[in-house]
Amino acid sequence: MPAEADPVLAALSDQLILATVLLYVIAMLAYALDLAFGRAPAEASAAPAEPVLAAVGGAAAPAASASQREENGDTALSEAEETSEAGEGAGGTQPAPKPLPVWVTKAGTAALALSWLGLVVNLAALATRGLAAGRWPWGNMYEFVIAICLAAVAAFLLMQLRYPVRFLGAFVVGAAALGLGAAVHALQVEAGPAMVALNSYWIAIHVSAAIAASGLFIVAGACGVIYLIRNDAAVHLPTREELERVAHRAIVIGFPIWTFAVIAGALWADKAWGRYWGWDPKEIWAFITWIVYAGYLHARATAGWKGRSATVVQLVAFACLLFNLIGVNIFIPGLHSYAEIPG
Amino acid sequence: MTVTDTPERDDSEKAAEARPAKLGAVGWARWFWRTLTSMRTALILLFLFALASIPGSIWPQRGVSDAMVGQYYADDPELAEWLDRFWLFDVFKAPWFAAIYLLLFLSLIGCVLPRTMAHLRELRKKPPAAPRNLSRLPQHAVLDGDLTVEEAARRLRRLRFRVTTGPGWVSAEKGYLKETGNLLFHVALLGLLVAIGVGALYGYRGNVLVVEGDGFANTVAAYDRYMPGQQVNAESLEPFSFTLEDFQATYIAKGDKRGQALDYSAKLAVSDLPGAPERTYELKVNEPLDVNGTMTYLLDHGYAPTFKITDGKGQVAFEGSVPCLVIDPATFTSECVIKVADAQPEQLGILVAFLPSTVPAEGGEWVSIFPGAANPTAQVYGAFAGDLGMRDGVPQSVYEIPPEIQKKLKPLVMKADPLAVGQKLDLPGGAGSIEFTGVKEWIALQITYDPGRMPALLASVLATVALVFSLTVRRRRVWVRVGEGPQARAEAGGLTRTGGDFGEEFASVVAALNHGSNPGVKDAR
Repeated sequence: MPAEADPVLAALSDQLILATVLLYVIAMLAYALDLAFGRAPAEASAAPAEPVLAAVGGAAAPAASASQREENGDTALSEAEETSEAGEGAGGTQPAPKPLPVWVTKAGTAALALSWLGLVVNLAALATRGLAAGRWPWGNMYEFVIAICLAAVAAFLLMQLRYPVRFLGAFVVGAAALGLGAAVHALQVEAGPAMVALNSYWIAIHVSAAIAASGLFIVAGACGVIYLIRNDAAVHLPTREELERVAHRAIVIGFPIWTFAVIAGALWADKAWGRYWGWDPKEIWAFITWIVYAGYLHARATAGWKGRSATVVQLVAFACLLFNLIGVNIFIPGLHSYAEIPG
Repeated sequence: MTVTDTPERDDSEKAAEARPAKLGAVGWARWFWRTLTSMRTALILLFLFALASIPGSIWPQRGVSDAMVGQYYADDPELAEWLDRFWLFDVFKAPWFAAIYLLLFLSLIGCVLPRTMAHLRELRKKPPAAPRNLSRLPQHAVLDGDLTVEEAARRLRRLRFRVTTGPGWVSAEKGYLKETGNLLFHVALLGLLVAIGVGALYGYRGNVLVVEGDGFANTVAAYDRYMPGQQVNAESLEPFSFTLEDFQATYIAKGDKRGQALDYSAKLAVSDLPGAPERTYELKVNEPLDVNGTMTYLLDHGYAPTFKITDGKGQVAFEGSVPCLVIDPATFTSECVIKVADAQPEQLGILVAFLPSTVPAEGGEWVSIFPGAANPTAQVYGAFAGDLGMRDGVPQSVYEIPPEIQKKLKPLVMKADPLAVGQKLDLPGGAGSIEFTGVKEWIALQITYDPGRMPALLASVLATVALVFSLTVRRRRVWVRVGEGPQARAEAGGLTRTGGDFGEEFASVVAALNHGSNPGVKDAR
């Protein structure tokens, strides 16, 4: 490992981070425009080009099969009712929507394009930082926060490819912009070698898994927050059921990754500290986070806990995750004190 | 941590609530068992488990940060006493913590056992008969062509469904791996608990400090601190030994991060058995020494300057290295105490500040500016003569002279100029001399034997794999009804038992039923 960082690459990385923040902020504004003035999700899902939100109660059935059911004279299906209700809510009770101005219809597309571009620049910033220091680019708090923002935006954009969750953009990309801004403002340290204990291939496995899982949990957390603040008049936001489904999907993917991250951490601790589990503060909070997310998965499967209660549990787990990322690194001394907070 | 998604659970919850007014001992036991194994209790225990861990991150824990526990006792003994009464310095060994996880795991067993039985029965059972009206199912499609029962069954089997047939219908089901994964995950967690328990009972841990040139042999007596499990026999320690030949620490020399460590490396000459030929091992932070499963870890390091001390009678009373406490890790400014018990006519106690990279500071002071030993000096800032109280039988720390004893000693030197290597300080009144003869380094090692390591790893890997199956596989059923007569048409219906999106897969199943084969169906879960 080189003792000195490459100053040119390090400076390039710093500039790329600022570019990322700028791109994310503009993208967030575009998402907000799209959210405020664009089509309500119910209308959007009526448009043929837009994919239907997967499984509205298992009713991802194409329109053809729905009409077929009606042909059979069988209208007792709750899903069919849901679909028609949604249709009424959007188009039936209102007069035909006015054609939207071009800048509004393009805002959503522009937001997505800007986010993808931001993601690439974010990745480039992290890569140049790593190349500058000659090691994996998550060796201190500053780099870790940048990587988490990257993971959150990536998780959102990848989910967005399969499911119509563009509404999350304003929240996730906005949070990423805030996170990066805070990192630059409060956490930035000069690129350089990491602490000795971090010189291990395990950093690539353990920390990457923790970052990926955190990105997914951030997407789920954004859904949870929208779930709680959403009021019934907010036609531009998806229904609570949809929000819950998206959050659940993200957690179902994130939870095994988090499990893996904790186990990889134990394997590393076994190499570095002489025990695989020692109740270090970071370990305690990773464990608490794991337990509460496990609680969420159980709660969702238990009668009477679905919906609001499960969402609250999910958000408690998310708060534990955030505390572990921020609080434990900064306030509680322990073996995981790699934050290198600039004094 | 109870198994998710249980119809049985809901029943037992109702039973738990509607308990009859009069209960015998058996009735109470049954009520208790049902309440304990109900999903709601499991959830509450799960959250309690998380909640109970929090104090462990608020107060320092014994065995993790002993020094900070000691600080609590020093700052406010009464508060510390009270905290200790509630096991708040030993949260993870506390009876209340054990109560929560034992109840949780009992609840888990109470849930997993009956569900394993049910799952085993279900694995042998055939899928249920087709409902009369398939169009009422969440997924439904009319099939084209005239399909026979046999042909539909054959095509579904090819999609790896488990199939049974009846007059005019075919019933197919797959996704049994979901419940298998679910149950295995929870069994693996039980296995993990057992592995941790085995490790705690049959393993041991010890700490030892070794100075360059010195050796260590793995016996109980050689440890500075030895923590065996209850079932560990002192005779059974792996009989290896080693000598610390050299220790190297490298630091960043320039820039913002000047003084940050780059690498530590300890060169050991290891004998795996008494009398066995020595091999060289380079011990590093992430590269422990492994001797048949007994691991040696490099945890810490510091300086051990060497001194030669001559007493008032002109005899060499001490010659050797003195491990120093690191006061400032950024510069490795260290403090050392030399207790010369053999000095005549009086014992000598000497306090030394060790500065690895010495530069003069304002006011005639001297400071260290770098952790590496670029310009090492030893500054005697206190030398005392008198009885050091080492024969009282009261154990003393090697890193300090207790203040109450220091008060009774006769001060000889208060603050001397720093000595470079090879320089000598004469004590006043012919009490002797102190010669700073060289610099060595010490390393702190932890030696661990934990027979539960590999079982714990296997259990964790099994848990993760099983978890993935449990979360991603869905249990789904497909039925086909074949009508009779010339006008009849075949139809198919399907549902998932655990929710989720089935539309896409159902469409491909329908396509396979229509065309006999479907290269598009890849999902073989």
